[in-house]
Amino acid sequence: MNIISLDPRVNRMGLNTDETGAPISANEEGSTYEVFHQKKKGAQHTHVGIVHAPNPEMAILMAKESFARRGQTSNIWVVKSSDVYATSYEDADMFDTTPEKVHREASAYKLRDKIENYKEQHNG
Amino acid sequence: MYGGGYVDEKERAKDPIIKDDPEKLAIFEARIAAGEKVEPSDWMPADYRKQLIRMIEQHAHSEIIGALPEGTWITRAPSFKRKMAIMAKVQDEIGHGQMLYSACETLGKSREEMLNDLISGKSKYSNVFNYPAKTWADVAVIGFLIDAAAIVNQVLNSKGSYGPYCRALERICYEEAFHLKQGHDAFVALAVGSPSQRAMLQDALNRWWKPIIHFFGPSDKMSVHTERLMRWKVKMASNDDMRNQFLSTYVPKIRELGLTIPDPDLKKDEVTGEWTFGDPDWDEFFRVINGDGPCNKERLAVRWWAAEHGKWVRRALLNPNEKYVVPLA
Repeated sequence: MNIISLDPRVNRMGLNTDETGAPISANEEGSTYEVFHQKKKGAQHTHVGIVHAPNPEMAILMAKESFARRGQTSNIWVVKSSDVYATSYEDADMFDTTPEKVHREASAYKLRDKIENYKEQHNG
Repeated sequence: MYGGGYVDEKERAKDPIIKDDPEKLAIFEARIAAGEKVEPSDWMPADYRKQLIRMIEQHAHSEIIGALPEGTWITRAPSFKRKMAIMAKVQDEIGHGQMLYSACETLGKSREEMLNDLISGKSKYSNVFNYPAKTWADVAVIGFLIDAAAIVNQVLNSKGSYGPYCRALERICYEEAFHLKQGHDAFVALAVGSPSQRAMLQDALNRWWKPIIHFFGPSDKMSVHTERLMRWKVKMASNDDMRNQFLSTYVPKIRELGLTIPDPDLKKDEVTGEWTFGDPDWDEFFRVINGDGPCNKERLAVRWWAAEHGKWVRRALLNPNEKYVVPLA
């Protein structure tokens, strides 16, 4: 049965309802690339999502269309998902002691009292 | 746009309740209750995965199919400004579909499977897109009211528990603000225009009102599934609550322009804040969602055509040695 549409462009396709099915084969959409977006030159690149592409050049093209339609963009990176090596959330306890390591923070070192004390004793 | 948030409860009720490891389930539920997000590599209940796949996939399909009724009007937009706006909007919708397919893919269903399930009619999409956009005023009604309804759904869902879906929705909601504004702008332009422009808008509103009421789905009873999905922050509000929120915000915006909503029984209970409305013909809703709407066949045939005619390009670029890996986030 032919499909009659309001849209002349659809009518020109000459569609009919007998043609259905599953036309896309496995892996036809290509691999995925993780997309990193940099707003201003000098800023950090931020992970924004993924695109499907058959090669890195196409991935850049897809990333531009997907993640750089608005606002400012100065640079995009794409990295194949399979090339990302990551920690597992299950092992997140390896980071547990980090907040306790205050000796890495500037705020852990308080000297003003000592200096004031010294000045009082020697210049006073 | 188009958070086709409505998932058929009847279909859902058919799913068996899958028993999960009770210890893991308890930890999972405690994490959700504490407001943590779930990431693709985390353990999750089998049913959590299944229901999310269905919901995100349906949402993605709605974005893709939703571009068709509006796309019809790109070549016939009434001014250059409107043409630029509708083109940008349609491109956004396709982009949203892409992002949602990606979010869904992290749960283990491949993009190819999703696209095939759309074309074969196995997967659903938002029912409203099975109706035609007969005039430019239909585009204004869709751009204003259907987008508004979808935003209600999407803003709620962006507070859900699945990380990749929430992140996609945050980006989508940001772009939706423009869709809603350009839709409202086109709507108001007709409403304050000539008598024939107003008549055209009123006619479109008359035809779209029932599908708009249908948008959030029928009133959902608290089934076992629904209750669990709300606890897991997959479903964020009942269909009635979402519809209520939509009506409270948008009915005044329609009425302030002196337009008539074609339902004499529509009213708000000033005490409870709840809206009641006349029978929107739920039989028609189920008939259309099951394939017998004015445009179902055309929508799927157009998707089939696009997949079929793009095949040689995909094949030409394909690297046959490539192994697929589920994306990270």
